[in-house]
Amino acid sequence: MTRTLVTGIGVVAPNGQGLDPYWEATLEGRGGIGPLTRFDTTDYPARLAGQVDIDPAEHLPSRLLPQTDVSTRLALIAADWALADAKGGTERVDYDMGVVTANASGGFEFTHREFKKLWTQGSSAVSVYESFAWFYAVNTGQISIRHGMRGPSSALVAEQAGGLDAIGHARRTVARGTPLVVTGGVDSAFDPWGWVSHLSSGRVSTATDPDRAYLPFDAHADGYVPGEGGAILVLEDAATEGAVDRAYGAVAGYASTFDPPPGSPRPPGLARAAEAALADAGLAPQDVDVVFADAAGTPDQDRAEAQALREVFGERGVAVTAPKSLHGRLLSGGGPVDVATALMSIRDGVVPPTHKTSEVPAEYGIDLVRGAAREQRVECALVLARGRWGFNSAVVVTSA
Amino acid sequence: MTIEDLTRILVECAGAADGVEAGTDLHDVAFEELGYDSLALMETAARTKDEFGVDLPDDVVAELHTPRAYLETVNKNIGETV
Repeated sequence: MTRTLVTGIGVVAPNGQGLDPYWEATLEGRGGIGPLTRFDTTDYPARLAGQVDIDPAEHLPSRLLPQTDVSTRLALIAADWALADAKGGTERVDYDMGVVTANASGGFEFTHREFKKLWTQGSSAVSVYESFAWFYAVNTGQISIRHGMRGPSSALVAEQAGGLDAIGHARRTVARGTPLVVTGGVDSAFDPWGWVSHLSSGRVSTATDPDRAYLPFDAHADGYVPGEGGAILVLEDAATEGAVDRAYGAVAGYASTFDPPPGSPRPPGLARAAEAALADAGLAPQDVDVVFADAAGTPDQDRAEAQALREVFGERGVAVTAPKSLHGRLLSGGGPVDVATALMSIRDGVVPPTHKTSEVPAEYGIDLVRGAAREQRVECALVLARGRWGFNSAVVVTSA
Repeated sequence: MTIEDLTRILVECAGAADGVEAGTDLHDVAFEELGYDSLALMETAARTKDEFGVDLPDDVVAELHTPRAYLETVNKNIGETV
């Protein structure tokens, strides 16, 4: 397969806007979780969220604001930053550039507002832009229009796993002959309707102290905190002149699997996804320096992931971390932010810790990086993500 | 409906016009040139109905290419369905 490099990164995360601020916050343990402020949450059982504090009007033309949900605004900002970061790689023919993004919830807040108008003022009051502002492919479409990218483009939906699926498919798109593909995932659903959708998972932490909410792999794990944002990456064919010099690293392998139905005697598919992604990269478990875990933050799912990690790497066989505990689970944005973080680990030779988690049950048998960042050489990282209803995806990133 | 009303509604519906200096007379500048596409005009027509009571069907709006044409059609038909 064509070697595919990451040459640009744009991160819009609750604990850092822009790659460098995000990475600094991640190393220093600055979190982005706090009380949800978008509406009155008094009567809701869970009230903490990872919100992105950014004014879209400072970053996007006014023309785009009336037609975009907050999730699309964040995606467009992240794409602008990723393309600026790719430094000159984007001077190409329009059909030589594609866009492949993931989305899990669509334009929830925009749609909630328009539906309210529908019920209270009638159909003529509903914005024409609702026609596309709501749907899963809108981030791909808006990035494509804004940057004149007419090559093969698509959108993938697989809840929290979808962002890695997008990166995997973007890599495939490069291999099929499109030399540059913008990829990643960004989500936001913090209106009352979106919030209830998060809560319906039954896995959202009801903790009120940000330091005690979302403790992946901790003995006291009691659920996750939903966040908004994500990351957009620029992938380029390694054969492109100068690409290797501009690259953060390579997307070396990808695989996805689906869990058997509830009650089935067959095991969940996470270990198989990890093994298949490593096989796709032509690497073995011992080549992996660090795993960025899915880190669901509920005891049953943490235990299942720990078991998958023992199956692939052996007891405490690899460093494992989940810096996402600082900003929450970002749906489709989660995997791409982890991939960006893994590439920073490769660049700087340091593994950020899983902040807040202090007590990992011995039965998990994982070497979870806790407390302080661990300085070590990182040549290869495995990024895992699981999506509600059975999605498992894995991406292998290596140095360029 | 005045040009000021129309400009205000366009900005509310679809953001500021492209590359227009303050004070420019926009009556005869094509919507397309201002960067307003068919969706922006459909949205504007819906707001026009709310404020001025003129119901502009999509196919009529599609034939109105400048603010002057838009204003003339609206002002001729205030209170009626076109």
